[in-house]
Formats: sequence, structure tokens, C-alpha cells
Amino acid sequence: MMGEILVFVEHDQGQLSPSAGEALTAARELGERLSQKTAAVLVGQAAEGLGTMCAEYGVQLAYCLTSPVLSDYGPETWGQAIVELANQCSPSVILSVGTDRGNEVLAQVAARLGAPFAANSTVVQRGDAWEITRVQWGGSLLEDIVVDSELLIASYNHHSIEPAFFPGDNEIEVRTVGVELDPTLGRTVIRDRVTLTEGVTLSTASVVVSGGRGVGSADGFAQLEELADLLGGRVGCSRAVTNNGWRSHADQVGQTGTRIAPEIYIACGISGAIQHWVGAMASKNILAINTDREANMVTKAGYAVIADLHEVIPAVIEEVKRRRS
Amino acid sequence: MRVLVCVKRVPAPGSRINISPDQLNVDTAHLGFTTSPHEECALEEAAQIIEQHGGTVTVLTAGPTEAEEQLRYAASVGGTDFVLIPNNSGGDWDPERTANAITQAINKLEAEDGQFDLIMFGNESADAGGFQVGVRVAVALDRPIVNGIKGIEINDRVFTARREVDTGVEVYQLEAPAVLGVREGINLPRYPTMKGRLASKKAEIAIAPIEVHAGGQNKVRLHRPEERVTETNVLGESAAAAARVVDLLDELGVL
Repeated sequence: MMGEILVFVEHDQGQLSPSAGEALTAARELGERLSQKTAAVLVGQAAEGLGTMCAEYGVQLAYCLTSPVLSDYGPETWGQAIVELANQCSPSVILSVGTDRGNEVLAQVAARLGAPFAANSTVVQRGDAWEITRVQWGGSLLEDIVVDSELLIASYNHHSIEPAFFPGDNEIEVRTVGVELDPTLGRTVIRDRVTLTEGVTLSTASVVVSGGRGVGSADGFAQLEELADLLGGRVGCSRAVTNNGWRSHADQVGQTGTRIAPEIYIACGISGAIQHWVGAMASKNILAINTDREANMVTKAGYAVIADLHEVIPAVIEEVKRRRS
Repeated sequence: MRVLVCVKRVPAPGSRINISPDQLNVDTAHLGFTTSPHEECALEEAAQIIEQHGGTVTVLTAGPTEAEEQLRYAASVGGTDFVLIPNNSGGDWDPERTANAITQAINKLEAEDGQFDLIMFGNESADAGGFQVGVRVAVALDRPIVNGIKGIEINDRVFTARREVDTGVEVYQLEAPAVLGVREGINLPRYPTMKGRLASKKAEIAIAPIEVHAGGQNKVRLHRPEERVTETNVLGESAAAAARVVDLLDELGVL
């Protein structure tokens, strides 16, 4: 008899993370497929009120783990808290979404339990053993693996699950579980926060206007900024741009930067090297503006304008303003 | 300050990554190799730390004999000591095995020359992207670790580490001995100087063979994701396309 499926549901100071829907949807689907019970794991007292939101995705049980050292996020305290829960309920699977925290916390859990950890999976199946497909090279390649362990610890690749509410009158039981944690693990709890962006961010924006080498200079981004502002979006850039010091690395879209999934990605003067593409490929629509019709970004985009971005962007700005006036 | 940086030799792919005939590895016949990007930044950070605070930067890698190339490169950009854990199996070790080997090597190095104040990893490797070796090593050594670090300040024996999140920055404070997973963007790595190139030629590389068992993750095969075949709709070839672009924005409901 296999144990239940635990899914780590992220929140920040009681605010449910945008990835939570992906995590809960993936876990419910796996639970149905394996005929296992699924339970959400919420860490810290701040998360106690989040159970009802988990219910919307059809999960019927949530554990809320509490302890004085779980006041704010810390990879070691959160990891050990989940280990304590796992020791009590012997799950068959521990899941998360492969965000920064999702991978960091499950790596802690796996290291502490001495179990394998399959990060950024796209397919999870149970045959004679756990058969997993996971991404390599940020998504350019896939790797099939067999995990030799009764307990599967895996994260789902971020943006590869479409969150889906579960229809009906969903009820959830929230069980508060006090866990005993060694206070020294509080050594990696967040000490301070600096808020730099209010509202829309690169990873949540529905419009991202991004520039590459073709923008030509740091000043060249002013037009992209203006268009992004008009559309309530954010400016992104390629690795060539940050390497040239034109933009902060915080704006970089790609394997070593931010992975985005906007409604539309407007890629200006970006050639579309693999490392950039994997950060942008989850976009629902892509518009490439480039003088080179053969550029990788153009051939992969659903829409393109083959012209100089410094002529096209001002014209688009004017047209947006004209239609709104 | 005694700093250790763990690096990985990875292929430097162009616009397409090909798979070897046995489907177990990337076909590297026509590819160069490099240091995984996050780790290159970790190395730069370490070089800057000892420039300010004095000390040594030991660079450690687990890989084939050819990974000596990455250690020599490290010597040209600020590394002072170099250790290679040989893995000539023809492919990567699984993450548990890699972490186990690195942990044993660190224990040995520390027994000989004293504890490392700071151990740095890249946030994840560019190729396998397992997101766990640094965490496993830190847990095995019972040292604090935070990943995704894009800023480090040192005050006495306390590392103040900054992690960028979507809306701003999280600040962590770790006491030495500590472990940090570093991200690209923490700095812009330097290019080797002439003096660096000479140091690279002279660098002595210690070989540290380590016996480790395989972990629980077994690779079956690599394959390519189904490629989205996209028919590109060209909206125009001049600024006159602006009207069609705005039509599209309107259709998508983002206008």
C-alpha cells in the first residue's frame, strides 16, 4: 500500500505564490492517475488561511506545518519541516513546482532523507519503478530517467502545467501539524527584504518587450521602455545585453535569467540563441522584430516584422496612442 | 579567507544541441567546452573576495581528464589551487554520486589544510540542471546554504547574501563556514590577462581519486522535445506594419 502524495505549495508571508495552481493541478492529476490521496503542504503559521484556495484545485487535504522557527522563509527550516511531516505520514511522492524555492526546498528534503531528487520533470509515471522525463539544458533536451527509490521526490518544470480549477463544491480539511525543529536551522531564514518592484514583474507580466544586441546601446532601450509602459508590461533583454552592461541582469530572459510566460513576447533585435529561447518559449505568443528574416527568433515566432526595430517601435507607440485617444 | 569553488565542464552549444548515437550524451564532436556560467561567476566572486580580504581560492571539479582545461582557465582568472576528481566513465555521475564525491574531497582537503570559510557552487549546471549538488554537500557537511545568490558582502565572519526575487531582494546572513549557490549576474567575469595565462600554464593540478557508489537516479536516454513547428506570420517589412502589430495586441486583449 503506497502512501499519499504530498505537494509543497509555495507562499510568501501568507501570500499564495503564482506557481501554486500549477503544483496543485499536477498533484491532483497524479493522484487520480495513481489512485492516491493528495495533500497540500503549507509551511508556517502564515499559511494557515490558504487551505480554501487549495480546495479550488480539487485537493481535499492540507497540512499546515507550524513552529516558532517557521516565521519566514528559510530553505533549511522549510526543508526539515517537510522531512518531519514525511517521517510521520510516509508519503509515496513529494512534489513541487521547479521555481527557485520549489527546487531549493525539495533538494533540502531529498538531501536530508537521503533520497534521489528529479528536478524540473515533465512526465511522472509509475511502472515497475518511477519513470520520469525531466528537462536538461533549460528545456532544449529531455532526459528519461528511472528513479530507484520507493519515495519519489520531484519538481515539475515551471510553466509546463496549465493550472486548472476543479469544478464543484470543493471541501478541504486543514490539519495543523506542530513540528519540532532544531532552532539552529534558523540560520538561513530571511533576515530582510528590499522591495524594488511594485505590481507587475517580469515573470508575471502579460506583455514583455525585450531587446537584444540589435537594440545597439543602453539608450536604445528607452523606446522599449515606453512601449512596455503603455501596455502595462515589463522590459526584458537577452544575455548579450547584460554582458554589454546595457541592462541589469534582473531583466535577463533566458536559461540563466528569468523564465517568462506572457500573453505576448515582443522580441526586438534578438537572434534567439538556445540559452535565450528556453527562457521565452513558454510565451503564449511571440512577435519578433528583426532585420534578419533567418534569425532563430523570427523562424520560431508566430508573428514577425522584418524591419529595423528603431523604426517599428516608435510607429507602434504612435499607433497605440492614436487608437486610445 | 579560504574559499572553495566547485565548477563543471560543460559543452558550449551553438543554436542546436545534438545527441550522441547511444542517446546518453550530447554529441560534442564539433563543440568546444566551457565552465558552466553560474560557476564562472562564482569563481569571479571568489577572486574578488581574496583580492579584498586575502586568502586562497581552491577550484574543484569532478569530471573527465579533459576538465583540466577548465581548472587551467580558473588559474588564469584568479584561482590559486586546483583539484580534479577523475570521472572517466564517459558521462556525468548522477547528482547524489557527484555530491558524495565532492563531500569526500572537501573532507580530505580540510583535514590537510583547514576548513574552508566559504564554499561556492553555481545555482545549477547548464547541462544536467539537477539543482541539488550544492545543497547535498552543505547538508552532508552540516553547513548553511542558500541558493540563487546575486550579491555577497563580508563582515567579519558573516556573509550577507542577496537573492533576487520577482519583486525585489531577499537578504540572508550566514556565518562562516557557509555554502552559497551563486547565480549569473552577481558580477561580470574578467577575461584572462597575460599574467593569468602564464599562471594557467604553471598551475599544478591535484588529482583526487574517490570511490563513490551510484545514487538512485539512472539515465535511460536523452531526446529532443517535440518541436513546435511554427508558421511565421510576417506582419510587414517596414514601420508601416505598426497598424497590424496593434491589431494583434488588440486581438490578444493586451492593448
